[in-house]
Amino acid sequence: MLLIECPWCGPRDESEFAYGGEADISRPIDPDALSDAEWADYLFMRSNRKGENREIWNHQHGCRRWFVVERDTVSYAIRATFPMDGEGRSP
Amino acid sequence: MEKYSALKLIRHALGSNRKWPRAWRKAEPAARYDAVVVGGGGHGLATAYYLASRHGMRNIAVLEKGWIGSGNTGRNTTIVRSNYLWTEASLLYEKSLQLWEGLSRELNYNVMFSQRGVYNLGHTLQEMRDIERRVAANRLNGIDAEVVAAEQIKAAIPIINTSRHARYPILGASLQRRAGVARHDAVAWAFARAADALGVDIIEQCEVRGIDCQGGRVVGLQTSRGPIATGRVGLVAAGHASVVAAMAGLRLPLESHPLQAFVSEPLRPLLDTVVMSNAVHGYVSQSDKGELVIGAGIDAYNGYGQRGSFHTIEHAMQAMVELFPCFSRVRMLRLWGGIVDVSPDACPIIGTTPVRGLYLNCGWGTGGFKATPGSGWVLAHTMAHDAPHELNAPFGLDRFSTGALIDEHGAAAVAH
Ligand SMILES: Cc1cc2nc3c(=O)[nH]c(=O)nc-3n(C[C@H](O)[C@H](O)[C@H](O)COP(=O)(O)OP(=O)(O)OC[C@H]3O[C@@H](n4cnc5c(N)ncnc54)[C@H](O)[C@@H]3O)c2cc1C
Ligand SMILES: [Zn+2]
Repeated sequence: MLLIECPWCGPRDESEFAYGGEADISRPIDPDALSDAEWADYLFMRSNRKGENREIWNHQHGCRRWFVVERDTVSYAIRATFPMDGEGRSP
Repeated sequence: MEKYSALKLIRHALGSNRKWPRAWRKAEPAARYDAVVVGGGGHGLATAYYLASRHGMRNIAVLEKGWIGSGNTGRNTTIVRSNYLWTEASLLYEKSLQLWEGLSRELNYNVMFSQRGVYNLGHTLQEMRDIERRVAANRLNGIDAEVVAAEQIKAAIPIINTSRHARYPILGASLQRRAGVARHDAVAWAFARAADALGVDIIEQCEVRGIDCQGGRVVGLQTSRGPIATGRVGLVAAGHASVVAAMAGLRLPLESHPLQAFVSEPLRPLLDTVVMSNAVHGYVSQSDKGELVIGAGIDAYNGYGQRGSFHTIEHAMQAMVELFPCFSRVRMLRLWGGIVDVSPDACPIIGTTPVRGLYLNCGWGTGGFKATPGSGWVLAHTMAHDAPHELNAPFGLDRFSTGALIDEHGAAAVAH
């Protein structure tokens, strides 16, 4: 069980959160301008990093806000959590 | 290769079992191969075996970073079935099931394939409608499948709780009688031994660290035991598929998640079939040693750590006790996790890539053990002919840009 520090509510059990996948993926402003391959890249392709990873989580059973987590996908150690547009903050 | 037989068992027993020959050679990497398979799980070993036995390619190798079968092959709950919904998927899994049916004989190795049947339970009206639809689809594809009512389930499995007052009452199930379980390690060892006998080099403790490409073609591999020249490479690395594909600059639509399973202390025989439930999310069978083999769902986050979170196990255990109240005081002995490569449509990716000579076989996620022989069969064809077999043609990487996804989440929600 991970102990995740919500930037607003503090450290909580993993079971209060929903995982949102890889961070830093933004929906293309003009999808019609993209090729099928570019659209597939946005929609489906993932870095799936082994090691340092940036991902988003939602505090589903708490404040219900999204935020960014920096976590190692091998050790699962969480390095920092911070608001979507905010500065890093160590747990 | 020494042929295994009852007579050999007796003869070796008389010699106190001291003279059994190695099942496969401890091969050293050669400088060059006609084809190399990356990943010594069941799928990679099956690929090598069929390349050698069906396509006459003998100068080939399987590279495994650990020991063979140490990935998901040796960590899974071994459910084998072919009752998937969509034609593309069910034909691929059915090919595999047919290969399973002759596998022990073909490989001269008892893989302990036991066709004890698999029940997929339905707990809601909608689930029962989906089950009926899937069973009808299976029959149209020539796959054995039937819908059974709660009373029939209770008659076949007396310890199951079919009470109307259960939190999620059992309304019925699909039953595939030809489905079952097999011995996971034996499958890896059997393919390794048979491939080795045909001249395939099985190289353990050899990690692939780089893929050399020239002019859009594969020319070789960088490994922890030196460079290897080859023009054909099959990437069959399951949980590490994205990591090895990135070595050739490919991005895949995969996410690697922990998937956990556990076994109980050995019990007397009490469950002679396999039970799976999507709604309460758990699946169980009893091994020949008497242990209950129970699988959980994936952990939500990406993880390469071969372990997951406790609440995921707790959830699977709750499901088991809900279905089988008599399990409530059984002690669990061992718990472990694998790394499953989950694709967006719960179907594998098998085929050619934009890099010539580089082939993919990944994305089996939580349900690829059942496909071990079939997966090797179609990838061997793809590598030998530089073009997919008709069974894996719909499973190319290009389906994510054409949009021709094969949405198996319905049949594969508990995809094992
Ligand atoms: C807990 C659990 C339960 C499951 N239950 C079922 C089930 O009941 N039924 C079912 O059908 N499926 C099940 N599965 C899924 C199934 O195990 C997998 O889909 C299947 O085993 C994948 O086959 P594989 O042989 O390719 O994988 P693996 O056995 O994981 O083989 C991949 C190999 O590649 C190697 N490798 C990785 N990177 C490199 C590298 N750089 N160089 C060299 N080698 C490398 C790894 O060490 C590994 O041995 C389950 C999985 C888990 C984890
Ligand atoms: Zn919060």
